Amino acid sequence: MKRDELILPLSRPKVGVQGTTGSWRIRKPVINYSKCIGCGICWLYCPDSTIDIEDTGSRFRVSIDYTYCKGCGICWTVCPVKAIDMVKEV
Amino acid sequence: MPLTIRDLAKEKYVLPGHAACPGCPETIGLRYVGMALGRKAILVIPAGCTSIIQGLMPGSGLAFPIINVAFASADAVASGVAAAKEVLGEDSVVTVWAGDGATADIGFATLSGAAERNENIIHICVDNEAYMNTGIQRSSLTPIGAWTTTTWKGKTEPKKNMPLIMASHGVPYVATASIAYPMDFIEKLKKAASIRGFKYIHLHAPCPVGWRFDPSETVEMARLAIETGIWVLMEVEGGRTTISPPSRPYADKSRRKPVIEYLKRQGRFRELSDELVRELEREIDEYWKLLLKLSS
Ligand SMILES: Cc1ncc(C[n+]2csc(CCOP(=O)(O)OP(=O)(O)O)c2C)c(N)n1
Ligand code: SF4
Ligand code: SF4
Ligand code: SF4
Ligand SMILES: [Mg+2]
Repeated sequence: MKRDELILPLSRPKVGVQGTTGSWRIRKPVINYSKCIGCGICWLYCPDSTIDIEDTGSRFRVSIDYTYCKGCGICWTVCPVKAIDMVKEV
Repeated sequence: MPLTIRDLAKEKYVLPGHAACPGCPETIGLRYVGMALGRKAILVIPAGCTSIIQGLMPGSGLAFPIINVAFASADAVASGVAAAKEVLGEDSVVTVWAGDGATADIGFATLSGAAERNENIIHICVDNEAYMNTGIQRSSLTPIGAWTTTTWKGKTEPKKNMPLIMASHGVPYVATASIAYPMDFIEKLKKAASIRGFKYIHLHAPCPVGWRFDPSETVEMARLAIETGIWVLMEVEGGRTTISPPSRPYADKSRRKPVIEYLKRQGRFRELSDELVRELEREIDEYWKLLLKLSS
């Protein structure tokens, strides 16, 4: 144990601190890449940082991290071209 | 040049797998704090949903340096941290991230004290209009007519006007923001970080759990608040009031959506009478008139 851990109740950044929150999902956002215009707006609003974004020059390439995505559907409501569908989890 | 998505830092300060409910507005807001302040941010957080969102130690779902503190102490702790950083010559942006209950009720004395002393800190009030972490109790920032577990027939008192109360302290910078307008919020945060002295930013943050709407609608609800004029984006800088660009069209009453379009989508207003809706319309109009007078 490091010294500071003995003295203070310190936490350190951790992905998945609440477990694999993807299991909370009752519906799943699926990106239809043939419709996606790569604007990045879904990335901008996702409350869980579960949309990853890559700059490909003229547009962004976005992808969803299903291990942690909670299925809130915000990406679905903010997408300007309705390129995201919410499908029922089985 | 207005900010674009390309200009924003892609580093994650809100980590996947944190403990917030789906569709949480507080984590949306925290992402923008990370994008605006980056590694310079030090957050002081009094009890509230964000305390829980971090998850159980020894892990944290937030990648900021954070001090979790007792409710009423937040702005006093931040004042001390800012003083220490000044002595050390470190360039940090000490920021209180506090709920509406923590800001306008329980922590108000220390907030007012820090503002009056003009401490070099930012206070962000993340306003979801109730004590959400303890199960949706009313605060002084809950709007009139809203159901909470302590106002089952709807709150009978109007929402307290915190931004103007803070502006009355004569601090260098006061602004309002919304989670639906990230660029506006990020620009305000960057500006606040560049100003010495006390800065107050009031962030409107619709909560699906407490307001009773589907978690997919968090951003839409925040946007409707602007489009109906019930929440106004503005800045008070050195005593000068300006309406921020996203709210400017709604200075013209005819361009505002009827407030009922905002209210009817939230279960907390299910019992609202027509009379109260008219009262709210009247209050919105009065507030706009005041803001336009202040900004002229
Ligand atoms: C002195 C004190 N009183 C009450 C509580 C219980 N408590 C913890 S969080 C909370 C609600 C905070 O509400 P708000 O500041 O609006 O933040 P939110 O949870 O809505 O984000 C309350 C009442 C406490 N921790 N300390
Ligand atoms: S459903 Fe919600 S959590 Fe999942 S990627 Fe979309 S915005 Fe993020
Ligand atoms: S918001 Fe829609 S169009 Fe834009 S990047 Fe996301 S999926 Fe693609
Ligand atoms: S109750 Fe509301 S503010 Fe609190 S964690 Fe849940 S969604 Fe976020
Ligand atoms: Mg609250």
